[in-house]
Order: sequence, then structure tokens, then C-alpha cells
Amino acid sequence: MTDSKYFTTTKKGEIFELKAELNSDKKEKKKEAVKKVIASMTVGKDVSALFPDVVNCMQTDNLELKKLVYLYLMNYAKSQPDMAIMAVNTFVKDCEDPNPLIRALAVRTMGCIRVDKITEYLCEPLRKCLKDEDPYVRKTAAVCVAKLHDINAQLVEDQGFLDTLKDLISDSNPMVVANAVAALSEIAESHPNSNLLDLNPQTINKLLTALNECTEWGQIFILDCLANYTPRDDRESQSICERVTPRLSHANSAVVLSAVKVLMKFMEMLPKDLDYYGTLLKKLAPPLVTLLSAEPELQYVALRNINLIVQRRPEILKHEMKVFFVKYNDPIYVKLEKLDIMIRLASQANIAQVLAELKEYATEVDVDFVRKAVRAIGRCAIKVEQSAERCVSTLLDLIQTKVNYVVQEAIVVIKDIFRKYPNKYESVIATLCENLDSLDEPEARAAMIWIVGEYAERIDNADELLESFLEGFHDESTQVQLQLLTAIVKLFLKKPTETQELVQQVLSLATQDSDNPDLRDRGYIYWRLLSTDPLICHIGTLASVYHKPPSAFVEGSRGVQHKRLPGSSQDTGSAAGVTEAPPAVIPSQGDLLGDLLNLDLTPPTTTGPPPPSSGMQMGAMDLLGGGLDSLVGFLHKISAAMPASFNAPVSGGLDDLFDLGGGVGLPMGAYTPPKTIWLPAMKAKGLEISGTFVRRAGVIQMEMTLTNKAMSVMTDFAIQFNRNSFGLAPAGPLQVLTPLSPNQSIEVALPLSTVGPVMKMEPLNNLQVAVKNNIDVFYFSCQYPISMLFVEDGKMERQVFLATWKDIPNDNESQFQIKDCHLNSDAASNKLQGSNIFTIAKRTVEGQDMLYQSMKLTNSIWVLAELRVQAGNPNYTVSTHEF
Amino acid sequence: MSASAIFVLDLKGKVLICRNYKGDVDMAEIDHFMPLLMQHEEEGLVCPVMSHGKVHFMWIKHSNLYLVATTNKNSNASLVYSFLYKLVEVFTEYFKELEEESIQDNFVVVYELLDELMDFGFPQTTDSKILQEYITQEGTKLEVAKSKVPTTVTNAVSWRSEGIKYKKNEVFIDVIESINVLVNANGSVMSSDIVGSIKLKTMLSGMPELRLGLNDRVLFALTGRDKGKTVVMEDVKFHQCVRLSRFDSDRTISFIPPDGESELMSYRINTHVKPLIWIESVIEKFSHSRVEIMVKAKGQFKKQSVANNVEVRVPVPSDADSPKFKTSTGNAKYVPEKNMVVWTIKSFPGGKEFLMRAHFGLPSVENEELEGKPPITVKFEIPYFTVSGIQVRYMKIIEKSGYQALPWVRYITQSGDYQLRTNV
Repeated sequence: MTDSKYFTTTKKGEIFELKAELNSDKKEKKKEAVKKVIASMTVGKDVSALFPDVVNCMQTDNLELKKLVYLYLMNYAKSQPDMAIMAVNTFVKDCEDPNPLIRALAVRTMGCIRVDKITEYLCEPLRKCLKDEDPYVRKTAAVCVAKLHDINAQLVEDQGFLDTLKDLISDSNPMVVANAVAALSEIAESHPNSNLLDLNPQTINKLLTALNECTEWGQIFILDCLANYTPRDDRESQSICERVTPRLSHANSAVVLSAVKVLMKFMEMLPKDLDYYGTLLKKLAPPLVTLLSAEPELQYVALRNINLIVQRRPEILKHEMKVFFVKYNDPIYVKLEKLDIMIRLASQANIAQVLAELKEYATEVDVDFVRKAVRAIGRCAIKVEQSAERCVSTLLDLIQTKVNYVVQEAIVVIKDIFRKYPNKYESVIATLCENLDSLDEPEARAAMIWIVGEYAERIDNADELLESFLEGFHDESTQVQLQLLTAIVKLFLKKPTETQELVQQVLSLATQDSDNPDLRDRGYIYWRLLSTDPLICHIGTLASVYHKPPSAFVEGSRGVQHKRLPGSSQDTGSAAGVTEAPPAVIPSQGDLLGDLLNLDLTPPTTTGPPPPSSGMQMGAMDLLGGGLDSLVGFLHKISAAMPASFNAPVSGGLDDLFDLGGGVGLPMGAYTPPKTIWLPAMKAKGLEISGTFVRRAGVIQMEMTLTNKAMSVMTDFAIQFNRNSFGLAPAGPLQVLTPLSPNQSIEVALPLSTVGPVMKMEPLNNLQVAVKNNIDVFYFSCQYPISMLFVEDGKMERQVFLATWKDIPNDNESQFQIKDCHLNSDAASNKLQGSNIFTIAKRTVEGQDMLYQSMKLTNSIWVLAELRVQAGNPNYTVSTHEF
Repeated sequence: MSASAIFVLDLKGKVLICRNYKGDVDMAEIDHFMPLLMQHEEEGLVCPVMSHGKVHFMWIKHSNLYLVATTNKNSNASLVYSFLYKLVEVFTEYFKELEEESIQDNFVVVYELLDELMDFGFPQTTDSKILQEYITQEGTKLEVAKSKVPTTVTNAVSWRSEGIKYKKNEVFIDVIESINVLVNANGSVMSSDIVGSIKLKTMLSGMPELRLGLNDRVLFALTGRDKGKTVVMEDVKFHQCVRLSRFDSDRTISFIPPDGESELMSYRINTHVKPLIWIESVIEKFSHSRVEIMVKAKGQFKKQSVANNVEVRVPVPSDADSPKFKTSTGNAKYVPEKNMVVWTIKSFPGGKEFLMRAHFGLPSVENEELEGKPPITVKFEIPYFTVSGIQVRYMKIIEKSGYQALPWVRYITQSGDYQLRTNV
């Protein structure tokens, strides 16, 4: 027979029937009726109408029935306060019952009836029960004080119950002590400033004694209370710790954790050099590890706490990494916490194992867990520097899985790794770029965009990549939009000439076309930073009122006059050597941007429309702008002046000398080619060499920057060349006098002679170099600009020139055109002389200037040239003769 | 300090029974529990603590029930979970099975127990053996003479009643060691440990004082004996009855045992053990056509010992069909609802090696959903043997009446969490 039958009566008139049964004379029937009432109450039916009838059943010698009636009272007394009074007499009487179970039951239930009128009657019985001879009643009464305090704090204080409760801390029975401690702690919580739990060495001693004898729950109350105590000195701390430590062996996880709390706190007071401190530390690890065998919810609480503990004292669990390895059947919340702790414990000593595990997890199916595992790999890379390379390669492996969310997460963390270790792992960028199309999460897109922007100079098609994102700019999330804006501006600063349109586009999308205030603000900030058109020049105008450039609000911003501050504006651009240009009227915003960066594209001598700027390298503009200080390579000038679209060597039938020059000139871009990386660090165990060639005062120099990207110091540098076309050889040893420390760079200029062994190279200007240091010997090859070889005494006698020009067979002649060069013949002549290309004679025929020029190579080969310049036609024609 | 109220809910979140202990959290708050849980489940972020406004729910699940504690204070969470599990234990002792039906069938006792187990959020007496002395399912008819609080409830010895009598005084000791192993797909053992448990079945009269002697290395070191065949226990946990401070000071395990069955202690040993049953597996998946499985099991324990009821559970893809098996011994069976092959070997002598091959078909249309990589798991038990070499050296039993009692000891080693990761 089960109780379920009580739940079955659902017919109408039920209450009426129950009422009759409750008032029945038969005890058994009464009890059955009360059970039915409680069953109805349990399923949520309102049976409060039966209150007087149920209370009538209270006076019974049947304990089970009495408990049910009390239960009913606890539920409904609040809704029927007036009738609840009816029960008071029975309560008071029950508190005097010879049976301690009934006394305790009465005092326990009375405390749960939160009706003011009843509490008044509770005081006397409670006072008696607190002094009851039976500990079962006393422990129940102790809790009742806390209940009463919750209902009427003043009453409890006035009646002196708090003092009685404090006395119970000295009770002979450990259960009573434990409940008194629990009640006092509870009351103290609502009176933070009261001195209720006046803990002193005597009371602490009593608590510690009771700790050994009370139930597991009582132990927790006492331990939690101890944790609030502040020992007077380290000796007291130690003695409490010694007496609490045995609790670490309790089977109940909650006891263990409360003991850990006390120990962690009191340990703070112990001197670190104390032997006992070390002993205690060692004792903490095993119980913490054992907590991981508990039920999953308890494991979770333990893990959350271990997470805090390892932050405070990582040494406790540093050798316990393995126990945090994730099991297949762990619940997700346990897995995630374990992962967190694994990262906290990761160190150089265990990183290999951790990474292997994380990689395993990253191939699981639970998306959240997998993501967190991938993220964890990134955190390891950042935490343990030595592991970074391994982490990166693990991440690359994961990217190869092509699982979409894995790829995205990996890209997000690789971005963080790049930020922590700049310029170390760019070699993976290509792989990342391959996955660009699969990124659909804002965070991953933003990360990828950041990478492209940051390494724009290493990514050939950075502009195309970023442009592809720009198409759906307004559909992107703010995060992506902001990153895209920043990345394009970075790109622009690195490759200004090719990306003006792009930057203009993004600035306008971010400002004029966007409603997002953050985006607009950032857009305007960039715009103004890039701008030499400060609003200060617009004082008094609408622009100064709006705090916007005129282009932002003037319809058809073409034709808006852009103003500059005089003088200082020249400092902001990268082309510092440009001569002062008069303010020009610039018709379009695209040109404005060039203007903003102080790239004055218009040579001062020209009055025509500005040349198309795309494809022009900054250095090239500088050159043609005139006024540059040092020598100008003839071939570079030619190539620099060529539009980028003209990628194939212009030479056609040119002899290989010019052919070479064109080939060299193009990628290097400007005349003294900017230093390029000849030897990447990846290929040379951390040594990176970038360099260029210059000719200064008749001396050829190889200028190099040596950078140490390895972890150890580099010394004992030496250099050697292979045989080459023009017999180039170092004129002295490589001057690196001080050892090169990690992350240090050094500039070296190596003078070269042209008297070394000769061997024809392919291409002609190829130079093979060997560099040695204390680590190894490294080889690389580079190409030098041919113009470096033009010697200062290359000016041929007029007569000789004429004679020679005729003597050279036509087979040796080649001809090509230089396009878009806006110098007049005199300016060109001057310029070329700077790089030892001398004009011997000049003729003017039918509006064409013909310049006859000579140059001499270091190996005494002469080259003669004719340069035809037609006024108004930017295309030059060059014919060269060589012998 | 802990719970404001305790609820028992069915799977739909309907309250079956509840008890309001403190009255500081509106009982109607429980209505938020189920929607909250479903929301968390949908997001894949199930967590044992959830909050709604200022109310926090701490919950566990047992069979078709949720046991939920509510609070609005900074409660001791480990105490609450410990208590909820204790609740399950007590209810199970009372009703054999704790499930929806047993709650309804016994609601009167459940109410009584809830009243006795916790007061104002403080857990009280939770020892079911003691509770059964004064809360019974028959409903005690109270007669003044009989009705007394069992002194045990408030005694320092709160786990054993006085006046127990047996004709024959005996105590049975079971030493059970479980091996936890985690092996990587490449065959390296990632972690392994032994979790041991010493269980008692006490049939002793009166209030006996017991002392258990183990070949504990620390104890031997303390007393200056030869460390020869001793065991290093990394961590030890004891039943409430064991005097912890005594163990802490001189490693003596002394106690007054609970009557009947109980777990006296558990221990953890870190020593690296050779996995007793070693599994080598080759699982080859040919997409759209078939899966071929080859599993080799090797008994890496003494030849005299025999592992019983060995079960090797090998995961297979959920869309696998038409199984075919070949085994050198034992039986292989496909359990489709668990997506695994279970290879059962009734008796597996030490040093032997057995082989199982399985072949499954795969549908030509591939299952789009990614499947996890469940590990191979192994179950076994080896009687008369402990891996750690732990031994019960003596069990001293002293009772004031001076009876002679016999201790019986059994040893058994079994698989615990025994997982071998696979490549597929």
C-alpha cells in the first residue's frame, strides 16, 4: 500500500468531504483525512479552508499525525494568522511533553511559523528548550533562535537569547555546539558589525575540540566559522592549522573544501621559511586532487576553487597537470573548467604534453569545448614563450582540418600571438589568407583583417584582400568595420600610392555613410591625422562650426579648396625632402589624400595637370621632384618613371645591361633602393640581413642592417662574395665589433672594391654572398643596381664621342622609351649627371632636344646614349650604344 | 548559510514535493528553473548553478528527478551539493529506488525526512541507519514508554546505536581497487592511478573498538620498520567514524564501526601501473562503404590470476549497419543504441592475448553531423589480487564484553575509468 492513493481524489465537494472526515471520531479516519489534505497541498491545491479542522487534529499522541498537522500549519499559518493562534496552546504544551522528540518538533515548527502573534508565545518555551536536559532539544532550540531572529531581531536581543546561544558554544554536546555556531554565524551575517561571534583563543579551542566529535555538517559550520577568525600571531595560526589538517581526510568533499579554506587563509600568516609552511603546502595537493573523483557538481565547485587556489599559490598543484586532463565523459562544465586550470598550470616543463592534449580536444565535436581548446593553445603560446612556435604549428595543423569554427578560432588566437611576438611568425600568413573566404564570424574576420593590415607590406595583395571586405562594409559588425578602417589606414601608410582610392573609400564609408558613432569618430580621427588640412585653417567657416572637413558636408566635394598650415606641414609626410610647393588647387579627394600625406605629386616646373599617381613609388616622386641630394641611378630613374602597369622590362631589343637595370629597378622601386630583406631570419637561425647598395664619393658600399631575432647572442661575423660579373669584393672585413644581443640591430657599411675575381652571372648583376657568425654560415644572393658601377670619369671627350658613336655597329644599338617623365631636358641632364651619366652634347631638332651622353663602367666598358626629349611629350626615347 | 528551500521536480519541472526552510526566497521562483535549464541546454552551457535575478539554483539530477536547492545568500555550494547527494542516498536507502513514483508513494515519509535532515538550511542528522530508528515507513504509533530520541542522534558516536547483538561476531573486509587509465591514441599512457576502497560489513555486538593495520609506508617509516612491501597512499579519506586526528598524528586507523555495511575508507595511489588489460586497436573507416575494426586485448597481469567478466567496448559510427564479428574467444555484440560493440570475455587468464575483428557497413549517404571520438573503454574484475599490493595486516577488535570476533578479508581489483582514445 502506498501513499499515492491520497492523490487520486479530485472530485467536486472534496473539501466538504474532507471536513467531515477530519472531524470523525475514528482516529484512523482522521489520520487518513489529514494525509489526503497534505497530498492536496503537495500538488498545489488550496486547502486552507480546512484550517480549523486540521488544527483540531493537533492534539494527538500519534507522532506521524502530529508531524503532518505541523506541516500543514507551517504552510498555511501565514495566510490565516488569526486562526493560527488556536495552535499556540498545543505548541506550548508540546514543548513540555515528556518525549524529547515532541518537544523538539514543537520548538522547531513554532520557529517556522512566521506570524508575529505566535512568536510572542514562543519566547518562554524556547527559553526552556535552550536549557533542556536532552541535547536533541537543545540543538533544535539553538537553530530556533536564528529563526526567531529572522522574524523579530529586537525581540531576540531583548529576551537575551543571544547570550544563551553564546553559552551553548561551551555545551558538552558537540552537535549543540555546531548548531549554536551555525545559528550565531547566520545571525552575525545580518549584523556585520556586531560582536556576536566574539572569537578568542578560548572559544576557538572549544570549537576545535567539538570539531573532532560532531557530524560532518557540524564540522563544516565550525570550519566556516573558524575561517572568519584572525589569529593573533603565527604560532596561533600554526596551531589552528595543525588541528584542522586532519579534516582533509574526511570523506565528505564539503568538509575538505571548508578545511582548505581555513588553511589557505591562515597560511597567509605563516612565515614562508617555516618548515611547517612547506609541509602544509605539500599536504594540500592530494585532497584537492581527490576532489576530482567526487560527483560532477562537486568536481565543478572544486575546480572553480582550485582555479582560485592556483592563482594564489601555483606551487601547490604545479606537478598535478595530468589530473586535469579532460575525460571523454566529463560533463561540459567540468571540461571547460579543467581546460582553464590546464592553462594556468602550463609551464615550460609540461607544455609538450599540454599541447598534445589540447590538440586532441580541438578535434572533439562539442563546439564550445573545441573553441575553448583552440583558444587555450593561443593562451599557452602567450604564457610560455618557448612554446610559441610549437603552438603556432599546432594551430596551423588545426587550420588544415578545415573545420570552419576551428579555423576561425585559430585565426583569432594567431592574431593574439602575432601581437605578442611581432614579426616572428609571418611565414604562416599565406596559409591564413587561404582561409579568408570561410570566415563568417565577426571576431575571426576582424582578426584576419588586423593581420592583413599589420603585415600589409609582406602581403602582396593586401589591398585586394582588404578591398574584398569593403564591398559589404555596411553589413559587417562594428568590430569588423572598425578593424577594417584601421587596417586600410595602416596599409595606406605602408603603401600610400597604390591605396589612396581604398583609404578614401573606407574613410567615406566610415564617416559619411555610417550611423555608428564609434566608427564615425575613428574615421574622422584618422582622416584628420592623415590630413594637412586642419580645421584651424577654416576658422570662421561652417567647417569650424561642424568640426568637419568641408568635404564632409559640401555637396560634390570636388573643387573644395584644401588649405594647409604653412611650414610645419612638411614635417608630417614621409617625403621629407620635397621642395616647398605652393598650395595647389587639387580637384579630387583622391588627390587630396596624396596631398594629405604630403606627397606632392606635381613637380614644381610643370604646370600641366598632375600625373596619374597610381603605381608610382614614393621614392620615384621624390626623385623627379628634383632637389634630392645624392646620386641618382640612371636606370632607376628610367624604371621609376615607368608606370607600374608596365611591368615587363621595357627593353625590347635592349642590350642586357639595360635589361638588367630595368629588372632591378622595378621591384626596388626607387633610386637608392630601400633596404630589402636579403636573408630572412627563418632561414638563418634568427639572423636577419637587409641591405642595399650605394655609391658615395666614388666608393661602392654595401649597407646592411643585421638583426638578431634569435634567443642567443651572435658574434664573430664575417662576409665573403662569390665570383661575380664585375669583380665586386669586400674591401675590408665586416665591422661588427660588439656581440649582437637578441632583438638588437646593427647598421654596417661594407666598402667594396671591383678588383675581385670575375665570372659572368645570370642575371648579370647577381651577387652571391656568404655570411658567417658563431652559429653557422648562411648563404644568400642579391642584385645590385648597375648604376652603382658608373664611374666619375665617365665623361667622354666630345670628339672621341662623335667618332665612337659612328664606329659602333648598329647591331650594338638598342632603343626604348621612358614614359611619363616630366622633366625638361636640362633638368634631366642635371639629374643624370648626379649618377655619373654625363651629357656630352645637346642638339635641338624640330622641337626635340637630343642629349648625347656617356657613362663608363668600373670595368672600363663605355656606354653611349642618345636621349630624345620632346617638349610637352612626357615620353623620352633612349638609344644606347655600347662597346 | 546553505539552502533556503529544497525542491524535488519531475523531468518537466513540475514540483513533486518541496520544503521551505527559511522563507527568504519566494517558493514560486522555482517556476523559472526549467526554462532556465532549457535555455542553458540550448546554448550548450549546462551548469550546476544557475541564477534568476537574486535567486540561485543549485541542482543535481537523479534518474527522472531534479533535486534543486534555492538560495539568495552566498551559500556554501559544496555543502549544498553534498547535502543533495546525501538526500539521494537517504531516500534510496528508504525507498530502494529514488524516482518520481517513489516520492509520490512515500510523500509522508519524505516530508518527515526533509524535516529531520535539515533545519533552517542547516543539515542535521543524515545517517540513514540512525534515522530509520525513529522515522519509519509504518508510521510510529507513539506510546510514551517507547518514544525516545535515539541517543545516537546527538551522541559523539552518531553512527552506531547501543545494544546491538549478534550471536556470531564477525566483520567482513573488502579491499577493492579500481584502476583509472587514460591512454592516448598513439598508445602512450597519459595518466593512471588507483582508487582503493575498504568496505566493511560489520556484524559485531555492543560498542566495539576496532583498529585496522595496513602495510602503509608512512606508518612503517614512523615506527622504523622495514619498508619492504609497503604502499604509499597519496591521499586517504575516512568515514566519519575514524578518528582523524589520531590518524594524522600516528597513522593509526581506529574507530567504532557503523553497524552493517559501510565504506570505512578510500585512498588514492599515484604509482604508475601497467594497464592490466592492454588494448591495441585498428579502426579503419572507409567513407560511404565500411568500417573495419581489429582489437587485440592482452592480459598484463600474473598468469595465476584471472580477470572475470571482461568487457571491451569499442565505439562505432552511429550510422553503421550489418555487423559481422570474428573473435578468438568470447562474444562480440553490437549495441546500436550506444553505438558500440561490446566484446565480452567471461574469463581472461593473465598473460593471454585475444583478438576480435568486426566489420560494419556504412551508408553511401554520409551522416552530416560530426560525431565525437569516444574512447574504447574496458571493464573487468580480478579477484584475490590488488594492484597496489595493499594488505590488511590485522584488524583488532576489542569490546568490553571480551568476545572473540573474526575478521574476513577479500581483495579484488577492477576497472575504474578505463579509457583508451582512438584515432577515428
